[in-house]
Amino acid sequence: MIVEASVVRFDSIALDSGAALAPVDVAYETYGQLNAARSNAILVLHAFSGDAHAAGISPETGKPGWWDNMIGPGKAFDTNKYFVISSNVLGGCRGTTGPSSINPATGCPYGMSFPGITISDMVRLEKMLIDALKIPRLLTVTGGSMGGMQALEWAVAYPDRVVSAIPIATTTRHSAQQIAFNEVGRQAIMADPDWNGGDYYGKQLPARGLAVARMVGHITYMSDDSMREKFGRRLRGKENFGFDFDVDFEVESYLRYRGSQFVGRFDANSYLYITKAMDYFDLTNGQGSLTAALAPAQARFLVISFSSDWLYPSYQSQEIVRALRARNCDVAYAELPSNYGHDSFLVDVAEQTELIRGFLASTLEKTA
Amino acid sequence: MTAVAAKQAFVRELLGRSDYAIIGDIISPGARVLDLGCGEGELLQWLAANKSVDARGVEIAGEKVRRAIARGVSVFQGDIDEGLADYPDRAFDYVILSQTLQETRHPRRVLREMLRVGRRGIVAFPNFGHWRVRLSMLASGRAPRTKLFPYEWYDSPNIHFLTVEDFEALAALEGLTVERRYFLAGHRKVGLMPNLLAEVAVFLVSAGK
Repeated sequence: MIVEASVVRFDSIALDSGAALAPVDVAYETYGQLNAARSNAILVLHAFSGDAHAAGISPETGKPGWWDNMIGPGKAFDTNKYFVISSNVLGGCRGTTGPSSINPATGCPYGMSFPGITISDMVRLEKMLIDALKIPRLLTVTGGSMGGMQALEWAVAYPDRVVSAIPIATTTRHSAQQIAFNEVGRQAIMADPDWNGGDYYGKQLPARGLAVARMVGHITYMSDDSMREKFGRRLRGKENFGFDFDVDFEVESYLRYRGSQFVGRFDANSYLYITKAMDYFDLTNGQGSLTAALAPAQARFLVISFSSDWLYPSYQSQEIVRALRARNCDVAYAELPSNYGHDSFLVDVAEQTELIRGFLASTLEKTA
Repeated sequence: MTAVAAKQAFVRELLGRSDYAIIGDIISPGARVLDLGCGEGELLQWLAANKSVDARGVEIAGEKVRRAIARGVSVFQGDIDEGLADYPDRAFDYVILSQTLQETRHPRRVLREMLRVGRRGIVAFPNFGHWRVRLSMLASGRAPRTKLFPYEWYDSPNIHFLTVEDFEALAALEGLTVERRYFLAGHRKVGLMPNLLAEVAVFLVSAGK
């Protein structure tokens, strides 16, 4: 399945900060066919560093999408049955307007003049896309990690537009620990002299800072077990320690590789803006309690967490589920056993597939 | 005793179980139903398909939760000894406790909680007062093992053994109204001496007199 990205442009979007962006582009891909009743659409929301390319092979990079194991014929999000939409988030760097986009007022990239953004801004833009695609109600909104935050926001902000929501490995608000890891990443970028106050486009990129930020991120996405299994204390291409601070261990080599690879595909300023949006996210948002904040939600929910995910631990998913139960919402919840840490939702998909397939089929049945 | 029970009528099976057939008959169409210890959600799936109920379940075993959700049933993975506190009062028309009460750590608390979150409770349990259980213990002098209680004492999920009389006494103590009672031996309804002859008891209870 070769897919192509589309871009839709809107005149402007009003942001939570009070600022506006004009114009604003959204990059998106679709898979499968929208049915005549326009009732089989699923919006898939990517995690922090993802993009619109969720499934199939990109003609640009030749690479499969980030959830290619979940989206396609016969897969969890079966494209023989469902019409799947995936878009790049606001503030991103993969086709949707973000800090690396050209500011029409200056003719230069926004850089740090890009307005601050929130998860609900991202969702507002996604809603504009869904309106433009003339989809009255989404059969489900789903995503892991930051994608799960958006799915929750969708269910609360646009309850009449979503039949169901599947938030995976996510939270209603970041803990101090989650904010702390994001802040280490941001500081690594801003400490790189090449970051230059965010003005580096067309110049030397803050590659070292961004790579370090990514290395920290990758550690939080794995688990102690999965790192032991994958690397242990194995040395990289040598029999003895080098005593020279070059790569000794496999894990060092892996992190350096993932760090440097990230620089080629991700914008450092997007890193700053998007991680801040995640840290700002709080579904309770002045409502007093999560239960109160969920009052508008009408969707059916499937909440999934993973046993070894210490970045978005199961207790955060259970908080969502408890609040939904207190509202007497229709909610299913399972903690899946997996060793892959936070990355489980991307790599360990057999059981996740089983759950989602059943949940979607019964949701479709209930709406028919 | 109900008239039906007195007839020693044959009880059909539902999903291989006679107590399910009784529960299936009790529950009215379109009801809101919570099944505590719902296993793989077979009963809830049947109730949703055949009685259009709004079906929810709680189950502690991860494997069973996954199978239930894969069936399309909304099941929450959690412990019923702790897990009902979140539900608002009277959120359900029926709360089912099928072959589960004897496995809970705090049966009285679970009973009270089920009748807080539900207008009615359906409690089905294996009768420890059945004559085979009594005979097994009398004859062997060891913890009874029968068709109904097939486990070695150290493997048994049953941590609170109760008889029909025990449940009647607890219902009285808790001030519950027993609206209906059904007693089963195999596929037959038991009329006389249920505490001795019933293998499985099903009670429909509500809070207050």
